[in-house]
Amino acid sequence: MITAADLAAIRLTLELAAVTTAALLVVGTPVAWWLARTRSAWKGVVGAVVALPLVLPPTVIGFYLLVALGPHGPVGQLTQALGLGLLPFTFAGLVVGSVFYSLPFVVQPLQNAFEAIGERPLEVAATLRAGAIDTFFSVVLPLARPGFVTATILGFAHTVGEFGVVLMIGGNIPDKTRVVSVQIYDHVEALEYAEAHWLSAGMLVFSFVVLLALYGRKKEMVR
Amino acid sequence: MSGAAPFGPGAARTGAMAGDEAAIRARFGLGWPGFRLDVDLALPGRGVIALFGHSGSGKTTLLRCLAGLERAADGYLAVRGELWQDEAQRLFVPTHRRPLGYVFQEASLFAHLTVRRNLEFGLKRVPAASRRIPLDQAIALLGIEPLLDRMPGRLSGGERQRVAIARALATSPRLLLMDEPLAALDVKRKQEILPYLERLHAELDIPVVYVSHAPEEVARLADHVVLLADGRALAVGPIGEVMARLDLPFAHDEDAFVVIDARVAAHDEAYALTRLEFAGLPLWITGLDMPLASRVRARVLARDVSLALTERHDSSILNVLPARVVSLDEADPGRTLVRLDVAGTALLARITRRSAAQLGIVPGRDVYAQVKGVALLR
Amino acid sequence: MKFRFVRLLVAASCIASAVAAHAAEVQVAVAANFTAPMQKIAAEFERDTGHTALLAFGATGKFYAQIKNGAPFEVFLAADDKTPARLDEEGATVPGSRFTYAIGRLVLWSAQPGVVDDQGEVLGRGDFRHLAVANPKTAPYGVAAMEVLRRLSLADGIAARLVTGENISQTYQFVATGNAELGFVALSQVMVDGKLSGGSAWQVPAGLYDPIRQDAVILAAGRDKPAARALADYLRGDKAVAIIKSYGYGL
Repeated sequence: MITAADLAAIRLTLELAAVTTAALLVVGTPVAWWLARTRSAWKGVVGAVVALPLVLPPTVIGFYLLVALGPHGPVGQLTQALGLGLLPFTFAGLVVGSVFYSLPFVVQPLQNAFEAIGERPLEVAATLRAGAIDTFFSVVLPLARPGFVTATILGFAHTVGEFGVVLMIGGNIPDKTRVVSVQIYDHVEALEYAEAHWLSAGMLVFSFVVLLALYGRKKEMVR
Repeated sequence: MSGAAPFGPGAARTGAMAGDEAAIRARFGLGWPGFRLDVDLALPGRGVIALFGHSGSGKTTLLRCLAGLERAADGYLAVRGELWQDEAQRLFVPTHRRPLGYVFQEASLFAHLTVRRNLEFGLKRVPAASRRIPLDQAIALLGIEPLLDRMPGRLSGGERQRVAIARALATSPRLLLMDEPLAALDVKRKQEILPYLERLHAELDIPVVYVSHAPEEVARLADHVVLLADGRALAVGPIGEVMARLDLPFAHDEDAFVVIDARVAAHDEAYALTRLEFAGLPLWITGLDMPLASRVRARVLARDVSLALTERHDSSILNVLPARVVSLDEADPGRTLVRLDVAGTALLARITRRSAAQLGIVPGRDVYAQVKGVALLR
Repeated sequence: MKFRFVRLLVAASCIASAVAAHAAEVQVAVAANFTAPMQKIAAEFERDTGHTALLAFGATGKFYAQIKNGAPFEVFLAADDKTPARLDEEGATVPGSRFTYAIGRLVLWSAQPGVVDDQGEVLGRGDFRHLAVANPKTAPYGVAAMEVLRRLSLADGIAARLVTGENISQTYQFVATGNAELGFVALSQVMVDGKLSGGSAWQVPAGLYDPIRQDAVILAAGRDKPAARALADYLRGDKAVAIIKSYGYGL
C-alpha cells in the first residue's frame, strides 16, 4: 500500500515538476525563439545541445551534472562564488538538472510553434506600431498558445518520469530529493514489489492521462 | 506641384524635390546574390504612386525599404519632412516608429483577434494626439461594419483585405504602402475593392505607394508611376506621361493606352451622352450618372485612335481632337506607333505603316486624332 | 527509459543467440562492486579452462527481478548473501551450489587528503556538509555503514547530512566528485594493489559491522552446463582468491 514515504515522494515529485516546468518555460521560450528566428551558424550547435538529453542515457547526463555542479566543476565554482553553495543533493539542484533534462521537450514544441507563425505577423505588427517585446506578448504568445500547452504538458510529464538524473544528483534525501521514480526503484531493489506496483500503476495511469489529454487535444485542433 | 515636376530618371536623380517638405525622397541600394536594388527617387507627397514592373523587378523590395522592413545598407528616406533613414549618419527609424500603414499582398489579419480587435491593434498604439482618422471613418470607408465581431477565418478574401486596409488606415498613417493588395483576389473581389481604394484616394490626403504588375489597376488608381526593371527605376513620372512614352514597354503592349484626367462638363440627355472636358477640349462618352464637375479618369487605347489630316465631319466618330505628332516608333514592320500631343496631354495612336507613309506622318505635323472608344476608369 | 528498454531487448536477443551458438559459454550476472576483479578473473578463467564467461554487471535487486522473470543467467555473483539465499529458497538455483566468494570491507573515504583521519574521528567532529552512504534499503554496504554510525552513536546526529547513493558505485561517485566530502564506500573501490589510490581513508574495524558476505550461486539455467560449474570452482581457486584479495576484499 501507499506509505507516508510514498506520499512524500509524490508530493515532492509534483512540486519538482511544477517548479521545473515554470523554469523550463522561462528558459525554453527565449531559446526556442532564438532557434526559430536565427540565421546564425550557431543554430545547429545550440539545437544539438538542446536535443542531447533525447539521446543521452540519463545516467550520463546525471554524471556530468554531478561533476559540473560539484565543488570542482565549473558550475559548482560559480555557484559557490555567488554564495549559493553547491547544488547537488538540493531541491534547487534537482530543478537545474531537470530543466536541462527536459529542455528539448519544451523547446522543440515551442520552436515548432514559433516557426509556424512565420515572419509575416511580426512584420504586420511592426507596421501597426508594435515594438519587438510588445509584438511578442500581443501576437506571438497568443498565436503560439497550442505550442505552449504542448510544451507545458510534455515538460511536466517528462520531469515526473525523470529518474536517472535525479538519482545521480539527488542523493535520495526524503522530502528533498526522493521523488516517485526513485522511490519505485528503491521498492524494486528492496524487493518490495507490492509497494512498487502501487506507485508504478499510479505513474502509468498518470502518464496515460497526460498523453491522452495531449493527443485528444491535437485531434481537436485538427478538427 | 506633382504634375509639374520634370520627372524621369535624370530629373529625379538631381533631387528636384529634395527640399520640398511635402515630398518623398528615397534612395536605396541593397542586394543579395542575383538581385540588386538601386534607386534614387523623388516622389510627390500626395496621390497614388504606382510601383510598376514585372515580378522580380524589385517593387516589393522597394516598398519594404520604404516601410523599414528591409534595411538598405546604403539608404536615405525622408517622407514629408521627416527623416526616416539616413545611413550616412547611421539613422534608421524602425518600422514600428514610422507613422505608416502597410497592406500586404495577402491580408495577414491576426487570426487570434476579431475584426474589431484587429482594427484596434494599431489604433491603440498610436498616441491620441496623432489620431487623425477616426476608426468609424475607416470602417465606413471600407464598408466593414457588419464584419466587426467576426474572426478573420470566417471572412472572404475580399473582406479580409478590406479589413486589412481599414486596419492600416486606423493608425492615421502619413504614408500608406500597399503591396499588390488585390493580387490574391479574383476579378469579382477586385471589383469589390477597387471602389474603396478610389474613395480612399478621393477622401484622404495620404500619399499611397501602390505596388502592382497589373496595368489596369495602375491605370485606374495611379497618379504617378515608377517603372521598375531589374531593381532600377526606368521611368518616374505622372501616369499620362509614362504610359505614353515610346521608349518604354507600356506603349508597345497590344493593349497600350493612355489615361486622361478630365471632369464632367455636361450631360446630353437626348442622346444619353456625357461630355467630359480636359485641357479645354471635349471628350464624349456614353452617358454617366455623375454630377457636373466630378473628376474622372478615362482610358484611351492606342489601337482605338486613328489619324486624319483634316477634321472630317462625314464620319461616325464622335471624338476628333486636334493633335500634333511628337514622335514615331516603327519597330514593328507593319505598324507605326504615334505619340501625339493634344493640348499638353499625351495620346497614343497605332496605325499601319502604310497609312503613316501615305499621310506623311512625321514629328511636328498637325493632325486630327479620331478616338473610337473612351472607357471610364473612375 | 525507453532507450534503455530497447537496449535491454537488443542485449537479450544477442545473449540468446550467443547461448545457442556456443555451448562453452557461461552467462554471469555480477554485482557492480565486483566489476574490476571479475573482469580479471574472467580473463584468467578463459585462458585456463577455454570457457568464456559473458559478464553482465548491475544491481543485485535488479538481477533478482530479471532472474525471477526468466533471464538466462547461469551464475550469479551477488553483492549480498540474502538474495542468493532467497533464490535458493525459491528453487531458482542449483541446490547446494551457494558459497561466499568475497567479503566486502567498509572504508570511510574522502577524495581529499587529510579529511579522514585513521581513527575516523572526523565523524564525531562533524565538520562536513554531506556524508555519502549507499542506500541501506537496497545495498549491503549501506546496511553496514548505518550499523557503524549506530554503534558509534552518531546515527541521529548525522542523519540530516546523509546523502544516499542507489548503490555503492554511485556513493563512490558522490565522494569522488567532491559533492560529498566523505562517505562509506567499499575498500575495493579505493584500493589498487593493496594501497589507497588517493585521498584519505579510515578502514572501519570489522567489529563495527556485520561482515558483508557476497555470495555466488549457480542458477537453474546453469544446471547442466559444465562451464557454469567450472566457473564456480574457479572462483574458489587460489588464482581467483589472490585477485579478490588484491582488490581489498576479505575471505
